[in-house]
Amino acid sequence: MRYRRSGFGFGYMIFGILAILPLIPGPLQGPFAKHVLVMVLLFASMSQAWNLLGGYCGQVSFGHSVFFGIGAYGAGMAVVKYGLTPWPGALLGAIIASIVSLVISYPCFRLKGHYFAIATFAIVEIFNRLFMVWYWVGGALGLDYPIIEEGWQNFMWYDTKTPYYYGAFALFVLVFSITRWIERHRIGYYMRAVRDGQEAAESLGVNSPRVKLAAMAISAFLAALCGAFFVQYNLRVDPPMVMSLDMSMRFVLITILGGLGTLWGPLLGAAVLIPLQEYTRAIWGGLGGGVDLIIFGLLIIVIVIRQPRGLMGFVSWVMGRAQGRG
Amino acid sequence: MTLFLQIALDGILNGMLYALVALGLTLIWGVMDVINFAHGEFLMIAMYVSYWLGFLMNIDPLVSWVASGVFVFLLAFATYKLVVSHLIGKPALSALLATFGLSMFLKNLCLNRFSPNFKLLSVTALSGKTISVGSLILSLPQFVIAIFSLIVIFIIYRFITSTRMGWAIQATSMDKEAAELMGIDTEKIYGLVFGLGGVCVGIAGGLLPTYMPVHPEVGSLFGLIAFICVAMGGFGSIAGSFFASLLIGLVEAFAGFYIAPIFKYVAVFALYLVVVMLKPKGLFGW
Repeated sequence: MRYRRSGFGFGYMIFGILAILPLIPGPLQGPFAKHVLVMVLLFASMSQAWNLLGGYCGQVSFGHSVFFGIGAYGAGMAVVKYGLTPWPGALLGAIIASIVSLVISYPCFRLKGHYFAIATFAIVEIFNRLFMVWYWVGGALGLDYPIIEEGWQNFMWYDTKTPYYYGAFALFVLVFSITRWIERHRIGYYMRAVRDGQEAAESLGVNSPRVKLAAMAISAFLAALCGAFFVQYNLRVDPPMVMSLDMSMRFVLITILGGLGTLWGPLLGAAVLIPLQEYTRAIWGGLGGGVDLIIFGLLIIVIVIRQPRGLMGFVSWVMGRAQGRG
Repeated sequence: MTLFLQIALDGILNGMLYALVALGLTLIWGVMDVINFAHGEFLMIAMYVSYWLGFLMNIDPLVSWVASGVFVFLLAFATYKLVVSHLIGKPALSALLATFGLSMFLKNLCLNRFSPNFKLLSVTALSGKTISVGSLILSLPQFVIAIFSLIVIFIIYRFITSTRMGWAIQATSMDKEAAELMGIDTEKIYGLVFGLGGVCVGIAGGLLPTYMPVHPEVGSLFGLIAFICVAMGGFGSIAGSFFASLLIGLVEAFAGFYIAPIFKYVAVFALYLVVVMLKPKGLFGW
């Protein structure tokens, strides 16, 4: 009981700190720092969406950039092709992503371990190539946003990033609240039971295909919402940007780095990896040809070797020590 | 009919190349249960070694594949010692993510050093030459790679099935602890297998610059196709990945010609999904 109440307070504290971050004067006020904050929240949300399936349900998918991309294209098409606000497109994209996720679950959920991982690689590559030649959604050229009126209706601002920050914050609160709710309700226990031993869970009456499908659909829906935010922020979308293996790997990396199957792991992972990536790009990207990614690649290796159970493992170790002493 | 046979022939030759690349991955996957995500980048490095030897010192790829093979053996061995050996027995994803970091590192290192430009050795003993068999035309560089691939696969197959070291590798892949109790140094076996995996792509990459340009992204697609070949063939099965590679080469060639070039990989990946839907552990899996 004590643990639950303290966990609850901790969550509100984090939400509170994040809510006032852009109001704090100082180094966080610059546009680049704001950009990094927006990306941290976006990728924390996205990785959390992935974590629902990969961490809690144990189905490590490398295909989530497909759902992210469908959401991005949904919002993008609504604005660029139909002159609407992005909201209906984002919602429609999220629904389509859920449906697509259920369809591709049919072959994939029969597979285990590395076979599942490789099947999801294949799905990303198929979607990437199909979107490249699908001229209705812009083909390889992608969609470019027109200049339209600013404001919440169009979810678009040109001279400040603060509204985008609050947009990302809202997304973050939504995704984390849903995950927290799931974590503490029956479906969450079912998901973890399926992860830890599918046969044992089934013998106790858990309908594991249904649990996995539910996790997949929720995960894809939230991933697509994140994609819709991404395209609104980026004002452009093309297949390699959103539907690539590299993009999928980022969600996986962030979650694993933070802590697989933990509520705060994705935020922790994003708070470490995204600034690292953005600042290495800003500092070394100017040297030409990939110095930022050389360093980023090395860092990934070092982090995975040093802390294979993620930063949350490290945090709980430190907290355990502190409690033991106190 | 000639056209059909010609396409089938091209597909098979390409499939042999995939088989050689996939063989390295099969060994590593089968023995250590590790997906080496940097496998495609090893191929790219081998191609660069061969390219620079040819460009700077006029060494023909027919000779320099030895150097590429040795170089990538050392690279793979170092990868095992420095990265993968720390991750054996840890969650399966760790090794995949670490080798993903390595692939990012190698790809961008080459991008930084050698620029993104395509580089091709156009004057070699093989390039541009063809052999005619009846009305069919065989590209000589592809043919030579196919022959090499058959030889290497045969040697490695014999090595695994009929030498003491090969039996030790098999024992390690079946049950690591039991193998250790029998006095097998599994650490050494793992290093050797990772190195052997490197040799396979090293040889393939050493010969490739005779007809395929080198650039930092060249490994990505090969790596992905090799994953598909291995998974379609079934867990660590050398024969399985060989036949899966030929099948993938054929599907790629026919889809590229009869549907559209851009759809050839869509067809390959779709084929994989269909196969694992019917047989979740691959064609030769158990």
